[in-house]
Amino acid sequence: MPELVQAILQGDRRALARSITLVENDTAQGQQTLDALFPKTGKAHVVGITGASGAGKSSLVNCLVDILIQQDPKLQVAVIAVDPTSPFSGGSVLGDRIRMRAIAENPNVFIRSMASRGALGGLAHNTQAVSLVLDAAGYDFILVETVGAGQSEVEIASLAHSVLVVEAPGLGDDIQAAKAGIMEIADILVLNKADKADVDAAEMALRSMLAMGYPSTKTDGSVWVPPILRTVATDGKGVAEVVNAIQAHAEFLHSTGTWQQRDQTRLRAFLHGLLERKRNQEWQQFIQKEEFKQVLKKIYIHELSPYAAVEQLQSISFLKNSH
Amino acid sequence: MEEKKIRVLIAKPGLDGHDRGAKIIARALRDAGMEVIYTGLRQTPEMVVQAALQEDVDVIGLSVLSGAHMSLVPRILDLAKQAKLEDVRIFLGGIIPAEDAKALIKLGVKAVYGPGTSTTQVVEDIQTLFEKA
Ligand SMILES: Nc1nc2c(ncn2[C@@H]2O[C@H](COP(=O)(O)OP(=O)(O)OP(=O)(O)O)[C@@H](O)[C@H]2O)c(=O)[nH]1
Ligand SMILES: [Mg+2]
Repeated sequence: MPELVQAILQGDRRALARSITLVENDTAQGQQTLDALFPKTGKAHVVGITGASGAGKSSLVNCLVDILIQQDPKLQVAVIAVDPTSPFSGGSVLGDRIRMRAIAENPNVFIRSMASRGALGGLAHNTQAVSLVLDAAGYDFILVETVGAGQSEVEIASLAHSVLVVEAPGLGDDIQAAKAGIMEIADILVLNKADKADVDAAEMALRSMLAMGYPSTKTDGSVWVPPILRTVATDGKGVAEVVNAIQAHAEFLHSTGTWQQRDQTRLRAFLHGLLERKRNQEWQQFIQKEEFKQVLKKIYIHELSPYAAVEQLQSISFLKNSH
Repeated sequence: MEEKKIRVLIAKPGLDGHDRGAKIIARALRDAGMEVIYTGLRQTPEMVVQAALQEDVDVIGLSVLSGAHMSLVPRILDLAKQAKLEDVRIFLGGIIPAEDAKALIKLGVKAVYGPGTSTTQVVEDIQTLFEKA
């Protein structure tokens, strides 16, 4: 077993941080490390935290982790906090740690900031790979905070066992995320900033939105109806109830067999993502080729239609091989 | 495809409450294509070193305006060594008397920047460090 892998399994945090970088950077060594660690994965409970920018995701993570560790001091909790990469410079400022003061020095907590590096789903391409490294390293909970951009960042649903959607009053529209698919991926709805005056209106809006998605009110245990929970993440009010809901959700998943289903969804999404990127790289190489340029030239002079071009290209290189 | 970014931790240890300069540097480094982990005000030396370790940064940029640099910075250097972060380069910005700057550089700080330093200078210094590597 490689030295780095052994060190990770022995709890060496420096080795863990190093290998996360290797995985994040798509290096061969990172892939080998993950290959070796993979049989040790599959134990962690991955919790996604998504919602509009400024809703209080990081502040909530801070309180959630704090309470989890207080409840069980043996617990190991990791946080992956994703922030956007600037499309102009390729750089980024990752600021989620600012709100995670209470847990920053806890030896049972490992916080890692990640730039999205051009991925659009609210995560980075390698976020799941990093979560697997943390899983193998023995972290019981892995909290993943998504980019707080908008409404179509639903990729977290195929990475997490439980998804928390954080809403807050006063972020512009009635309820920001409700418009798009965000509500459908919520296992738990957190209405944060409950200290604000317009929280009642926000909760009403959330409830009616939820009623549309879950018209039946039956609670015989077979259907999980996302609870709406009020919190004040700046002082921790209501967060213990969110922890309870996360634990209840895990029990629900286990008792109904859906835990395994979600696990399989996660791994399938991971594999699909990898294949897609691999294919994309091959494509990037292919379009450097002379045949491609020739075909393009014929399109430019309106001699060959793009559809006919695809037919022609398919008989060349990798398009053919991979069919 | 392999993609390596320079990762920088910008931290403000100590009790002073001004982070304008630190934010400006953070943005300049981002605009130069680096990934900057910004941790905010009032960081303890332990917090700084823990963050540097978990984030696996290449560089720590400290901003100290409180005058407490002679106690804070050696403590951070010490903790970094204990955490086996010897290869992490540490930069310091703030109002640092020349004598202190000299002493801190001797202890292992890579460079000390005064209030008038341009952000371009800092960006270039970091870039050259990693071009050679
Ligand atoms: N009044 C009030 N303010 C809060 C509450 N929770 C968070 N805040 C404040 O809201 C701001 C944003 O909080 P964050 O935790 O950084 O929000 P976020 O969703 O992580 O933001 P991004 O990561 O930028 O998307 C901060 O100034 C917090 O102090 C709350 O319950 N009540
Ligand atoms: Mg945040």
